Amino acid sequence: MAEEVVLLDFWPSPFGMRVRIALAEKGIKYEYKEEDLKNKSALLLQMNPVHKKIPVLIHNGKPVCESLIQVQYIDEVWHHKSPLLPSDPYQRAIARFWADFVDKKIYDLGRKVWTTKGEEQEAAKKEFIESLKLLEGELGDKPYFGGENLGYVDVVLVPFYSWFYAYEKCGNFSIEAECPKLIAWAKRCMQKESVSKSLPDREKVYGFVLQLKKAFGIE
Amino acid sequence: MEEVKRVKLHGVGANPYSKRVELALRIKGIPYEYIEEDMSNKSQLLLTYNPVYKRIPVLVHNEKPVVESLVILEYIDENWRNTPQLLPDDPLERAKVRFWANFIQQELFEAMTLAVRYDGEVQAKAIDEVDEKMKVLEEGMKEMFPESGSASIQGEKLGLLDVLICSIFNSYKAYEEVLGVKILDPERFPLVFCWVEALKELPLVKELFPPHDQLVALLMVVRENVLKASSST
Repeated sequence: MAEEVVLLDFWPSPFGMRVRIALAEKGIKYEYKEEDLKNKSALLLQMNPVHKKIPVLIHNGKPVCESLIQVQYIDEVWHHKSPLLPSDPYQRAIARFWADFVDKKIYDLGRKVWTTKGEEQEAAKKEFIESLKLLEGELGDKPYFGGENLGYVDVVLVPFYSWFYAYEKCGNFSIEAECPKLIAWAKRCMQKESVSKSLPDREKVYGFVLQLKKAFGIE
Repeated sequence: MEEVKRVKLHGVGANPYSKRVELALRIKGIPYEYIEEDMSNKSQLLLTYNPVYKRIPVLVHNEKPVVESLVILEYIDENWRNTPQLLPDDPLERAKVRFWANFIQQELFEAMTLAVRYDGEVQAKAIDEVDEKMKVLEEGMKEMFPESGSASIQGEKLGLLDVLICSIFNSYKAYEEVLGVKILDPERFPLVFCWVEALKELPLVKELFPPHDQLVALLMVVRENVLKASSST
């Protein structure tokens, strides 16, 4: 039976990028639909009535919402190729812990870095770098969080790499100076087509951030 | 005896995150040793097991720690497969359960926690939010369980959502008493209400959760500290 996969997404969304990477890793053909968040489609509102947010993965007409849930779903349905989560339950728990950590810390702190100034921004930058260093610790000497290949945590974290340049410009700091191992890891991930084709150009993201700052009246 | 020593749970009395893990372990029939932690004087062991967040619950299995309650619940389910499963087998059904687990935890319970921990405007706003989220939950559960019209346990099989709903709402009357607000109105939220009431009657649940008065007393202490803090600023 023909599988029909549709992804409702918004190009700069790191959450959407996670799903794009997972689908690409598994070699799944899908229809990409760009949403205008100021004018959400009837389909989006119908498929995600609770949160009305992207990304939404629609598989054979049935919606799956929330990026971590979507990546796990993709991994479970298309389990025969490029597994993202390890098979051992304890290793899976470790992976889920770090994915949850990324969700709790990286997005919100990154957001604070480009939306605030002064003391608030300095505090956000500090905690952001601390969080990245914890992730570096978890990575250790492995090429990827998943070991020899891209895994769940890699897919969950690497999208933010496309936003690092914007954070750096807005926050006037260098992430590479503080977390060289993590940047090396990100560049390694970018050598994979599934990642490089799923992440937007960093200048484009920075341009988008500047537009948002203007719209929100942030200097 | 060996079996019990292999699984340890570091928790705190009536803490709902702690309780949900205990409930899950009991549903699955996994013997465990419970260790009460003092959050005002955290043990060295706790800090070693959970260096990132330094909090309970922590499940330790064969000396290896697992932290964050939802991560623990999935670990328990995946590691002990010969016991009642908390999550369904079908990937789409699993995705739905995970979605509502996130909603209950991140949206609903967060709002309830704010309502208890704060005062004045923040509290009022939080209480409104709880009400909004309850409406969404009621609608969502109706859709998930259309046949029975009730989310109540099918047979004796308890799942992940039962564990979460139970750990949060078992004490709803205590929350209502302390906050002076109706949270679980049977007329507005009949499905969730029936579900919670059905769970409360289970022997497994009765033996695990503290009695009403004890919980009211605990919540009052939390509220007192909140009011003290806000009046001293």
